Amino acid sequence: MAEVRVTVDGVNYADEVEPRMLLVQYLRERLGKTGTLIGCDTSNCGACTVHLNGQSVKSCSVLAVQADGGEVLTIEGLARDGQLHPVQAAFNECHGLQCGYCTPGMIMAAVDLLGDNPDPDEGEVREGIEGNLCRCTGYQNIVRSVQRAAQMMKPGASAPTETPAPVAGD
Amino acid sequence: MIPAKFDYVRPSSVEEAVSALQQGGDDAKILAGGQSLLPVLRLRLAAPSVVIDLGGIPELRQISEDGDRIAIGAMAPHHDVLRDDLVKQHVSLLSQATATVADPQVRHRGTLGGALAHADPAGDLGAVALALDAEFVIAGSSGTRTVPAAEFFVDYFTTAIGEGEILTQVRFPKYTGWSTHYEKFNRTAQAWSMVAVAAALRVEGGSIAEARIGLTNMGTTPIRATGVEQALVGQPATADSVRAAAEHATEGTAAPSDADAAADYREHLAKVLTGRAVLAAAG
Amino acid sequence: MTATADTTALEFGKARVRKEDARLITGRTRYTDAITPPGTLHVAVVRSPLAHARITGIDTAEAKRAPGVHGVYTVSDLGADEVGMPCAWPITPDQKAPQRPVLAKDTVHFAGEGVAVVVARSAAEAKDAADLVEVDYDPLDPVLDMEAALAEGATLVHPDLGTNESATWVFDSGEAGTGGSVADAIAAAEADPDQVVVRRRFRQQRLVPAFMEPRSCVVDPTGEQIVIWSATQVPHILRTMTTVTLGIPESKLRVIAPDVGGGFGGKIGVLPEEMMTVLLARKLGRPVKWTETRSECMLTAHHGRDQIQDLTITAKKDGTITGLDVRLLADMGAYLGLVGPGVPVLGAFMFNAIYKIPAYRFQTTNVFTTKTLTDAYRGAGRPEATFGVERIIDELAVELGREPLELREQNWIKHEEFPFTTVCGLTYDSGNYEQATARAKELFDYDALRREQAERRERGDKVQLGIGISTFTEMCGLAPSRVLGSLAYGAGGWEAASIRMLATGKVEVITGASAHGQGHETAFSQIVADKLGVPFEDVEILHGDTASSPKGLDTYGSRSLVVGGIAITMAADKVIEKAKKIAAHLLEADEADIEFSAGQFTVRGTDKGKAIQEIAFAAFMAHDYPEGMEPSLDSDAVYDPENFSFPHGTHLAAMEVDTETGRVNLRHYVCVDDIGNVVNPLIAEGQVHGGLAQGIAQALFEEANYDDQGTLVNGTFVDYTLPSAADLPSFTTEIVSTPATSNPLGVKGVGEAGTIASTPAIVNGVLDAVRHLGVADIQMPTTSQRVWRAIQEAQGRSTQETPIDTHSPGAGLGSIDPNNPQGEVQ
Repeated sequence: MAEVRVTVDGVNYADEVEPRMLLVQYLRERLGKTGTLIGCDTSNCGACTVHLNGQSVKSCSVLAVQADGGEVLTIEGLARDGQLHPVQAAFNECHGLQCGYCTPGMIMAAVDLLGDNPDPDEGEVREGIEGNLCRCTGYQNIVRSVQRAAQMMKPGASAPTETPAPVAGD
Repeated sequence: MIPAKFDYVRPSSVEEAVSALQQGGDDAKILAGGQSLLPVLRLRLAAPSVVIDLGGIPELRQISEDGDRIAIGAMAPHHDVLRDDLVKQHVSLLSQATATVADPQVRHRGTLGGALAHADPAGDLGAVALALDAEFVIAGSSGTRTVPAAEFFVDYFTTAIGEGEILTQVRFPKYTGWSTHYEKFNRTAQAWSMVAVAAALRVEGGSIAEARIGLTNMGTTPIRATGVEQALVGQPATADSVRAAAEHATEGTAAPSDADAAADYREHLAKVLTGRAVLAAAG
Repeated sequence: MTATADTTALEFGKARVRKEDARLITGRTRYTDAITPPGTLHVAVVRSPLAHARITGIDTAEAKRAPGVHGVYTVSDLGADEVGMPCAWPITPDQKAPQRPVLAKDTVHFAGEGVAVVVARSAAEAKDAADLVEVDYDPLDPVLDMEAALAEGATLVHPDLGTNESATWVFDSGEAGTGGSVADAIAAAEADPDQVVVRRRFRQQRLVPAFMEPRSCVVDPTGEQIVIWSATQVPHILRTMTTVTLGIPESKLRVIAPDVGGGFGGKIGVLPEEMMTVLLARKLGRPVKWTETRSECMLTAHHGRDQIQDLTITAKKDGTITGLDVRLLADMGAYLGLVGPGVPVLGAFMFNAIYKIPAYRFQTTNVFTTKTLTDAYRGAGRPEATFGVERIIDELAVELGREPLELREQNWIKHEEFPFTTVCGLTYDSGNYEQATARAKELFDYDALRREQAERRERGDKVQLGIGISTFTEMCGLAPSRVLGSLAYGAGGWEAASIRMLATGKVEVITGASAHGQGHETAFSQIVADKLGVPFEDVEILHGDTASSPKGLDTYGSRSLVVGGIAITMAADKVIEKAKKIAAHLLEADEADIEFSAGQFTVRGTDKGKAIQEIAFAAFMAHDYPEGMEPSLDSDAVYDPENFSFPHGTHLAAMEVDTETGRVNLRHYVCVDDIGNVVNPLIAEGQVHGGLAQGIAQALFEEANYDDQGTLVNGTFVDYTLPSAADLPSFTTEIVSTPATSNPLGVKGVGEAGTIASTPAIVNGVLDAVRHLGVADIQMPTTSQRVWRAIQEAQGRSTQETPIDTHSPGAGLGSIDPNNPQGEVQ
């Protein structure tokens, strides 16, 4: 067993884990954070994407012990004070999801992308989310959602429904 | 899927890591970024008894200028390499190739040293290191040694890193002002290179003064296209002369055959893409 | 957008954002794997690495001793020797159907088939122990090629059946009296210099549905009812089939499909793993969970398509089609799936498509091989048919030297000819192919692209342009029960709905159509809000749990709106009828004088009235209601459709082909789909987008390949190449509406349309780009290598075989072949 101390969605945890435990298993099985999903075993699908120390990672390809001392943000911690993150709001507004299984990873990847590039063109969005597979949407409305979120996050832009929460990692 | 059980150590210095590796013996496995190792462990294609995580050694992540070289710590993530101004300025070919590696999440975790030590012939960075004559700094119990790229890649998934040794740094000569391009051909964005060509040129007065060309996935290791390089030198960077030189691209290759491409198709691609890479680099 | 003149005041036609999104974008989801009742044990299945082998020994001793292990079982240990998984579609009376066991008994018939099962405290411990189970196999020859499988002396997948042919099903318009004889048409064409005969063989490659949520099942046996949570499209069918399969009374079973992460037909089956989990939970008296890995899913979840199509079309030289003959070989895999044998039959009525074909014959021969079984995958039978006919129409156009769109128009059913009874005997209720095509051409700028294509050819450009066409229709909205009966399908095609008017005027709608991403909760709420005149927000849709929605036939075949939605409108009509009686009573008026509009019951010619919420409250209080009536507005309805739904559309693809490398680039895709009236354009458009991506992926990217030993070569997302966002463009989609006349909402199905239409458009476009170089055909997926090779061969340069039986590098595995790992990973 190995010790892991980690902050997840603002809460501190200290746990003993088997070294082989993946970060995504730790989130789901130990912390009950089942909003982060597992879609493959080869790091293709990106459904398990979370932020580790402010960067998007595939939590199926990180050991829980590697997150020791780190800070994790999952889809469940993205909305703040009951207000959706603009990327979440934009996915709803632009119908950027159907079955919802790729959605947590897709949103976390998109938040990271917009942190790096606040105003991506369509090609940049498509490349920025190439590590996340979706089988329902054909990606078109996901791309639209990310670009809409970028608009909403511009300083001075009017929010769609509520005041957006600050971008995680900023 | 869940990996088989293993022990885990996280050394805080290279010396500790080397000694852990020697204690671990044959069954020990180095964990760098883990973006290839973790899927392999999850599918239980490998079951090491001990995993040695290099993530606790901060100096292995550093990128610095060292005289006429850019020294990149083996644990520098692709994302850091990609954004580093020194690399952009002096080793632009590495920036260009790194941008094509996997996806943003993988580039956040995956490392330059990990990718090169893994030595997958379809990996993009080996051809760059080879074309640019990078040096590999390898630490072992008796200190460090430096291996030139031409001797680093030995075979399919095999490098000059010996048992009990760890790759700590990759040093690239500066190619300031060179024209570079990485031409990658893959089936889908997530697929690895079917064939790719790394090209660096020094152009003087409209003609090619020096050329460095590396090929990805045209053999069991990255391959230096010396025939093309020689044919390019002294030539104007025109479509006709470049295409003629690119005909040498298959010299010394041993292209694999897989579902994406049989060897003859890879050979054809190597020539076409070499021409395109050189012309794109020459602008 | 809809044919209804003014919809501004209505929910119907409004592009509402989805109400179900709130939980999905915040991670407040309950996919099956998230459900872990206290004390849950976990399952790992030991699977065969071989395609065909006799099991000579299974040693579970070491696994049983491993930490955390509660038990290790073979099929006999489970007492399940006699249990066979159901096949609901005997397409012929003499169809050969082998028993499909829960776990292989003495022989494994495909790689990935379960052999033993481990139950342990954790999933990790179960897997650790599964690795310790020793199975000895005596290998048998795999059966991989359909034609070889049917040849004399072939190795038999199931020797006791005496053949690898499961069934042959035929439709002949001459015999059915719905058209002429194709044999006569072909003979006439062959004898007539003014006619042509075009024969082609097409292949529908094997596909993996690849829903994003791997399958999972949790069974809790501790209550009075056994509760089964499953990642399934078909909770109601699963309940009934669990009874049929295991003999547990239906009343003792509650099935819940919680959040389900996509299906596309891939979750329509009743699984050995589901039955195994029920058996284990009952045996151990504790909740048991099975969740598959992606690798297991690729190997064992049913695949789709996999047909060899031999088509013959005859036509006069003026372009008039005179006959179409279709002969299919359809690969069933090792066993028959729940509806697998019927998948090709669903295509039988669609090869004639939108065309007036006077003579038609269809024959499918279903064949067993030692591969993963096949069953429904988005479109199920209809994509195969549409591909066949849209490809051969292009071939006919080439043969006749005709513009392919004009040739189609010459032969298609004109809009004034609806309703039109086809050569298969189906009656298409409505459609307007001229309208959809004219709009698609306009959006595409068809003439300009044709000019550009000519210029590029003229110049001999390295990158050539091709224009791909697909003018499709499909039959969906499965299905009129009597038709299903005539096809020997083992169920009806109706759908059920209930509406409960709560005391406070809120509305609960119960539907048997269980969504897994389609947006039912929003679309059904819109329909009910309009029908009952209540706010959208006041409507709650309940589905996917047999305790709350006991009756239903679930979601597949683009049926939810056109069957399930109509059931809901019928239930709403009944609510209104009941409410009218109470309103008349309370308003002291004659029922005939009560009018209902926008949620208000009013007495004609007066200003007296009551809102539906007031009536609901009055019914709840029950202090004052008409004699002879029950104090309730709640209503049930079951709708059995009279006809299928026939959406159609025109799809145009601009394909660029780099003739140097063979690289194919989809530059522009335009589709105009006629799906009748539209409840929610946002959702409908999303369905089209997703459908297009799957159909395009069949044409360009996807193929499940087996090596000569019967091993699935690309059994991970590494080498089964699904497109990412970076591999697809944005599509130009538009909807036109010729309302359906076969249902009261005028709606048509949309879920499968994009998939059905797009595959031939892409392949026709790729061929159109390189046909002038002498290329006549390229198999799907049209990879760069296949395109390059086709050009080389057309130019008389010899090339190597295209190997399909090796791993290609990608993702975390890179060049490491999971089926054949070498020294690199040790």
